[in-house]
Amino acid sequence: MKKIALVGNPNSGKSSLFNRLTGLNQHVGNYPGVTVDKHLGSFKDSQGHKIEVVDLPGTYSLFPKSRDEAVASEILVDSNHTDHPDLVVVVIDATNLERNLLLFTQIKDLGVPVILGLNMIDLLQKEGLEIDQQKLSEMLGNIPVVALDSRKGSGINNLKQQIETYQKSDLIPFAEASPIRNGAVLDLPEAQQIEDTNSRFRQINQILRFCLTKKENSKSRRLLSQRIDKVVTHPIWGYAIFLSILFIIFQAIYELASIPMDLIDEVFLVASQWIGTNLPEGVLTDLIAEGIVPGIGGVVIFIPQIVLLFAFLALLEESGYMSRVVFIMDRLMRPFGLTGKSVVPLMSGVACAIPAIMATRSIDQWKDRLVTILVVPLTSCSARLPVYTLLIALVVPNDKMWGLINYQGLALLSMYLLGFAAALLVALILKFLVKAKQQSFLIMEMPTYKVPRLSNIGLLLLEKTKIFVWEAGKVIMAIAVILWALASYGPPGRMDEAVQKASLAANLSTEEEAAIRLENSWIGIMGKTIEPTIEPLGYNWQMGIALITSFAAREVFVSSMATIYSIGEDFEEKSDTMIERLKNDTNPKTGKLSYNLATGFSLMVFYAFAMQCMSTLAVVKRETKSWKWPFIQFTYMTALAYLAALITYQVLK
Amino acid sequence: MLTLDQVKAQSVATIISVDDSPFRAKLADMGIGPDQLVKVLYKAPLGDPIAMEVGDYVLSLRKKEAAKITVKLEGEAHR
Repeated sequence: MKKIALVGNPNSGKSSLFNRLTGLNQHVGNYPGVTVDKHLGSFKDSQGHKIEVVDLPGTYSLFPKSRDEAVASEILVDSNHTDHPDLVVVVIDATNLERNLLLFTQIKDLGVPVILGLNMIDLLQKEGLEIDQQKLSEMLGNIPVVALDSRKGSGINNLKQQIETYQKSDLIPFAEASPIRNGAVLDLPEAQQIEDTNSRFRQINQILRFCLTKKENSKSRRLLSQRIDKVVTHPIWGYAIFLSILFIIFQAIYELASIPMDLIDEVFLVASQWIGTNLPEGVLTDLIAEGIVPGIGGVVIFIPQIVLLFAFLALLEESGYMSRVVFIMDRLMRPFGLTGKSVVPLMSGVACAIPAIMATRSIDQWKDRLVTILVVPLTSCSARLPVYTLLIALVVPNDKMWGLINYQGLALLSMYLLGFAAALLVALILKFLVKAKQQSFLIMEMPTYKVPRLSNIGLLLLEKTKIFVWEAGKVIMAIAVILWALASYGPPGRMDEAVQKASLAANLSTEEEAAIRLENSWIGIMGKTIEPTIEPLGYNWQMGIALITSFAAREVFVSSMATIYSIGEDFEEKSDTMIERLKNDTNPKTGKLSYNLATGFSLMVFYAFAMQCMSTLAVVKRETKSWKWPFIQFTYMTALAYLAALITYQVLK
Repeated sequence: MLTLDQVKAQSVATIISVDDSPFRAKLADMGIGPDQLVKVLYKAPLGDPIAMEVGDYVLSLRKKEAAKITVKLEGEAHR
């Protein structure tokens, strides 16, 4: 079986070509030890033989400057590497030959068999350029050159044929004296790297003088790009446009995601009830009905948000707008130890930290990326919204300041701003704590604007969803089952005894029985055990239980509260809503209302800062390749939440 | 001595040399080397980063990075 590799600069249309070649016959893996996605796929040649295709990470040079580039270089340089290809297709943006050809000449001098794919050939004329392909092929040492338009799909069959019939001939080296020819790439001193690169560019320019003709005054597409840039990088319009786009994205996510999310919620609830009533009673049924099925539900529920957010991010990325956001935000983020590339993940965190953390892959420097990952969960995600809404309804009066500004709305806005402020502040602290191997820099290509291709976006969404479901799903399931066990079991006999005792005094409804059971389960005991530590924050043991169950997901707070506060109420009448019951609940120790302004805000601040999302932890583990960072993140966020809630309560009390 | 960060928008300059810095090799990969023509296009709000045309594409650099690049002014919109 033949193995080919696609290599090329970022923005060369390499991934489009990969999608064109392999279609749905592709999957994503990981290179051992690094967080670089490995895209593998295959297609059948005319004889029906399978040809394996690996899409190597986009790279500008064989001398690696980032982890992604290092992966590509190692595979190409080391002929004993398991992924070392039999043939390399170097994909080149034909409208930007000069810079793109650098990588091609380097790979050619490694002695690896190459085909040159001249991509975006359709745009060439629009740019007023003309390439003599025959001459280019000759001057590069008689290598096969294939003209491609990976977006429309033309030239693909020709490329497949060239791959099939490729004959290795004695290759004439491009740069005779280059150290690359002796395989000196990864350990070449920097000064020599630069010398080699500069001399290659000189040679490339000479070749292009023969093969490339530029017509004056016809750079229309590029001029259009620059005209758009004038607006989107404008000191006022630039930010206004960015904010409007964010506004539209979040509106769409909140509006559109809630429909499938409610449906998923409902389906899994019904499934779990059906299993509970229709399977024979026993521990196994309970485990499936109350542990596993809700656990799977807890994974699936995130998919709508992940898909929607990534669809928007992919649109911004594919169109070329994303690098303009980085451009206008970079200077503003730098004082906090972040870069322009941290902005989009931070903003995405308002919807959900999971896709936001997955989106940090675009940040090429490890320190910048790590700091961004560590602070993203501080921005208030959509799962905190039900918690905020419930608590604000409880403790903030529904009045208007100066008859204009609604206090409840103001409180909600403050919580979101608090999240952003905390994220920036913590980033500032981490700037000094996290050691960087490299000085931070931003040397970034700004690609011309393009119309996004929907099939590329579709394949990306499929990939991101798969990664989340399989990689993070395992951990989420495991924790969900553990939490279920802790909530449904207690010390032997304790739960039954408590229920019996209570039923002697009065007739118990099912809700009341559930509440008593929860109170006497391991989690209930834990809630009571931590009461002394959370008392300074103004919490009672009921809130303690809710805090612990919220670890699975924050929104569980609301349902836990509902269960706990079903005690002692006459459900026959159903006169009180849960909110009224909570409002009237008094703390026996202080004699005050349990939910007053101080406890309400203390709880909200706790939820704003605490890491109560196992799914996020699982994703952080995947993206950092170790349990160390999720552990550190969990610890610092819990400490921060505790301290901030303590201060809030003591000040407002 | 003129460095690239001082060049005004819409001006064209030729690169003379790139100072030693941790990102010098990266700049070389992106086509920033001696004799290369660059045209400064526009700057982000606060004047940093800077976008410029290098050969056939647009590159953005932080001011700090552009300050390591010594250039010779060629004039206004010469290309």
